[in-house]
Amino acid sequence: MTADLQELYQEVILDHNKRPRNFRALEDGRKAEGYNPLCGDRFTVYLRMEDSVIKDTSFQGSGCAISKASASLMTESVKGKTLAEAEALFDRFQRMVTAPPDLPVEDLGRLSVFAGVRQFPVRVKCASLAWHTLRAAVEARNEVVSTE
Amino acid sequence: MTSGAALSAQGAARDAAAIRQDFPILQQRVHGKPLVYLDNAATTQKPQAVIDRLARYYGEENANVHRGLHRLSERATDAHEKARATVQRFLNAAESREIVFVRGTTEAINLVAQTYGRAHVGAGDEIVISVMDHHSNIVPWQILCEEKHARLRIIPMNDAGELQLDEYEKLLNDRTRIVSVVHVSNALGTINPVEEIIRLAHRRGIPVLLDGAQAVAHMKVDVRALGCDFYALSGHKMLGPTGIGVLYGTSSLLNAMPPYQGGGDMISSVTFERTLYNVLPYKFEAGTPNIAGAIGLGSAIDYLTEVSLDRIAAHEHELRTYGTDALSQIPGLRLTGTAHEKAGILSFVVDGVHPHDIGTILDREGVAIRTGHHCCQPLMARLGVPATARASLALYNTREDIDALVTALDKVRGVFA
Repeated sequence: MTADLQELYQEVILDHNKRPRNFRALEDGRKAEGYNPLCGDRFTVYLRMEDSVIKDTSFQGSGCAISKASASLMTESVKGKTLAEAEALFDRFQRMVTAPPDLPVEDLGRLSVFAGVRQFPVRVKCASLAWHTLRAAVEARNEVVSTE
Repeated sequence: MTSGAALSAQGAARDAAAIRQDFPILQQRVHGKPLVYLDNAATTQKPQAVIDRLARYYGEENANVHRGLHRLSERATDAHEKARATVQRFLNAAESREIVFVRGTTEAINLVAQTYGRAHVGAGDEIVISVMDHHSNIVPWQILCEEKHARLRIIPMNDAGELQLDEYEKLLNDRTRIVSVVHVSNALGTINPVEEIIRLAHRRGIPVLLDGAQAVAHMKVDVRALGCDFYALSGHKMLGPTGIGVLYGTSSLLNAMPPYQGGGDMISSVTFERTLYNVLPYKFEAGTPNIAGAIGLGSAIDYLTEVSLDRIAAHEHELRTYGTDALSQIPGLRLTGTAHEKAGILSFVVDGVHPHDIGTILDREGVAIRTGHHCCQPLMARLGVPATARASLALYNTREDIDALVTALDKVRGVFA
């Protein structure tokens, strides 16, 4: 397998694809649906907040390995964070997956496994779908978020 | 297979290697690997002859058609109309005025929906399409139904991907105004029993449109033998340029239809009080047409005809059988679309691997396939999958291409083991 593919499909990503964390519905929270028409990824992101802290978040749906692993790792990363912190993390994540492949990127801890997405511009939408959907859930927008 | 057919398939396979040399794009490497192009249902590659013909048109003949009295305009007009005659012979239409140049299959279907459809479909009327139709043969009719308060009826299919004719027959009634179905499914490869579909519709006097986008480069199509009323096709899916396509319609239907777009070329005289429309086919060709596109399409048809559609069909059949056998050996892979009558399309899903991940890994191996819903979301819903991976064949594909696909799919399984 080529090096860029190895970087894209890292063990952590494959593991979260196979065994997604927080893969369940939340009865008592906000939710939003995200849709990527290019490949048919479709996720619902659930969110329970207290004041401006994300107390719990989860997701359900289907999609490619990148989108599913991204949703899974996102739910783990933002739990316990304030909305402002989550929003800042999304910005940094977005910068990382869209940075030019030859430049160094910021260390985002476990989310750094998605740095390989930079080599695959058409897959950026897969990686960021769950984050866009989370933002819609925060804003309690009652609509389907589309990556198009 | 008889020995004669085996021989001709072998001949066709040898030909494919030679034919390949005519397509400059196929000589390149992608990600350091030889390009294996298996996305022909999306668009086909262009032979040097077509590329040269476009260059010659712009280099030596470019002028507007049907207007200038000068030499160049005469030559451009002549080449444009020769291309129309080439399409006519290719489809075996009765007259060249039954060949309307459009942008592609999508525009051809929209044209019929917006002219014939608007004139004949009223409140409570019905339009019949099929569950395996492309969005381009769904949405134009939905727009019309919404405007006219008419109803879309859907021919169902069985699990193999074959339309259920008994159910189709039950859908037809005295409110049915048109039947519009895909000839060859882009997502499944099913070759639909269009003769029977037409026969049952015509028994009730209902006209039939066939979406031939996936048929014309892969099998001989004779519109008069089929007896269809309209036939739509795209140039770019048959070795021609993008932005050119054809609507075939019988002259009696086309003559009775109101025009599609207004503008130059489609009129015979204009005053502010009244406009007289031009004769067929120009009534439906408002504005300066895609002259180079039509001429390029003509040369693509010349190329296909020279190779022979019968040989192409035999070659693709042999290759599909080889590919079906090879893919069936892969654990966890399931073919979607196993109709008895099938064209060279291998649509599949792999357990535990999303088609998009398959597409990315295959691309890095130089293998180009399509992954997604193939503009057939209702069909994907019927199949119960969000998307499929699709390898689609053309005359220049070889067994080596299938072998490369299988090797690359082994790598996919390696990653997702």
